[in-house]
Amino acid sequence: MKNTPNFNKSFTDSRALKSIFLSTITVLCAVGACIPLFSVLVMLIMRGGKRLSFELFYALPPTAFDTGGGFGNAIVGTLFMVGIAALIAVPFGILAAIYLAEFGENGKLAEIARFCAKTMTGIPSILAGVLAYAAVVMVTGTYSAIAGGVALSILMIPTIMLTAEESIKMVPSAMREAAVGMGCTKTQVMWKVMLPVAMPGMITGVMLAVARVSGETAPLLFTALFSDYWIFQGGAGDIMEPTASLAVLIYNFSGMPFENQIELAWAASLVLVTMVFIINIISRMLFQKKK
Amino acid sequence: MSASLSNQQQQNDGPIAVPPSSKDIFLDRTFRTFTTCFAWLTLLLIGYIVWEIGGTALPAIKEMGVGFLTGTTWDPNKGEFGILPQIWGTFYSSLLTLLLGGSFGIAIAVFLTQDFLPNKIQIVLKSTIELLAAIPSVVYGLWGIFVLIPLIRPVANWLHATLGWIPFFSTSLSGPGMFPAALVLSIMILPTVAAISQDALSAIPDKIKEAAYGMGTTRWEAILKVLLPTASRGIFGGLVLGFGRALGETMALAMLVGNSNQLSLSLFSPADTLAALLALNFPEASDYETQILMYAAVVLLFITLAVNIIGELIISYSERSGGKK
Repeated sequence: MKNTPNFNKSFTDSRALKSIFLSTITVLCAVGACIPLFSVLVMLIMRGGKRLSFELFYALPPTAFDTGGGFGNAIVGTLFMVGIAALIAVPFGILAAIYLAEFGENGKLAEIARFCAKTMTGIPSILAGVLAYAAVVMVTGTYSAIAGGVALSILMIPTIMLTAEESIKMVPSAMREAAVGMGCTKTQVMWKVMLPVAMPGMITGVMLAVARVSGETAPLLFTALFSDYWIFQGGAGDIMEPTASLAVLIYNFSGMPFENQIELAWAASLVLVTMVFIINIISRMLFQKKK
Repeated sequence: MSASLSNQQQQNDGPIAVPPSSKDIFLDRTFRTFTTCFAWLTLLLIGYIVWEIGGTALPAIKEMGVGFLTGTTWDPNKGEFGILPQIWGTFYSSLLTLLLGGSFGIAIAVFLTQDFLPNKIQIVLKSTIELLAAIPSVVYGLWGIFVLIPLIRPVANWLHATLGWIPFFSTSLSGPGMFPAALVLSIMILPTVAAISQDALSAIPDKIKEAAYGMGTTRWEAILKVLLPTASRGIFGGLVLGFGRALGETMALAMLVGNSNQLSLSLFSPADTLAALLALNFPEASDYETQILMYAAVVLLFITLAVNIIGELIISYSERSGGKK
């Protein structure tokens, strides 16, 4: 407030009146926009928290008229598929980012690859599912955790790539020049100087990507489908079986006419949002410490 | 003295700086080629996405042709397929979203950048909004079903009863429908629009605002006539990206829009979108239906790619000239 000189405070002046009027509207808009956002959080805590217990984390989902039950298998399934996605996307994203930031510098290839990555961030998540369906499910003939992981990795790659490129570029050029002056090859500079310095930024990017995909539902709907059992209950071959995930559980249960399932959907949402928020906050703190 | 000491040290440990050995050079070449491959892979990945989805859809595209885009029935039993209602629903919901989410998003951006609040609260509020962007869309969908729809149903039905002659209010809201879906979508794109608009507004040099004040403008004259026009390209890019996100958003719509195959202007009637169509029909589709759904996926892919590429070009153009100087 105090930075802004406002010489016309008079309520009779039409310009001042207009200014006050618009300020009021903006404040109302901002407050109005925050209400639904906070309502989501409050409802999550109220309706999800009511059902929170240890049973949720080790029990299997209930059948139609059952009481009790939980979603332990969905938590494991989500973690497992996000893990597969990270295994594919992290090396891919970081190696491509190294090229974009350092070796390709301002060449045509780097520019086009960067543009492609930015375009990919805008691809709807359901299309990642469609792709994994065509590329994995139709080829192997079954819904599987692998297909789910592939679908999620498509969403992770561009995010990881762009954030890793940014953090490599933020390394002071004096450090690189010193290493070059000592006779390092570009690869040595990258591994011994740039990557260690850029590491916190790159980890932040990876964690944000992980947080984003762990809540994704659309790509899993028809790649991993859902399962009422633990993954690996029937041995290692289960990697090619339908797999449960928290997000799909929320979606499935939200449409059911049973109070027990709906309560579980709220509890699962609370668990999922808590997971996502924790990853987000940690990665932000990491990034701030680096600055 | 010190010079001779360091000289001695160099003789003991060998020189600090050495030219790379042939092994180093070999490793360097290999690693560089390796990363170049991954840059190429990024290009190939986009190509592969288009090729794989397009290839699977090809039989359906050949068979149905343009008629698929203008047909209005979707009936697997009769073998009739058309996605005009879905295309309409996709654009209608996204436009409503843009209208609601866009105006609120810009208002928040102005509120957070133009010294309405003390600096500390500003930062807290900004990071809270960013954090809220991380809530998964399925959770917003759940909230929409159990909180939002019961809340707005009486209002919607009152509007229908009193103003039913306006096409927008021509049906009553029985449950899921276009308006609740668009409302939830606009909450979801709000953080995106707000963040990009904030960047565009805070990139304006202080001088410009000071010059406006110096000419005797009130705060809002400066915002409306100087700051918003200056930041308009960045804000516009943000709106286009938000629009792209709304076009492709799946879960909130699949849960809230009602999935009914109709073309209606009414805000309260159920509708359908391309993404929701895919989400609901894919899991139980036969091979033949899968090809047809792939055709719908191709349509969605091209719509979103076009919107995103345009948005990306606008943002990079505004970064190069104007906006950020």
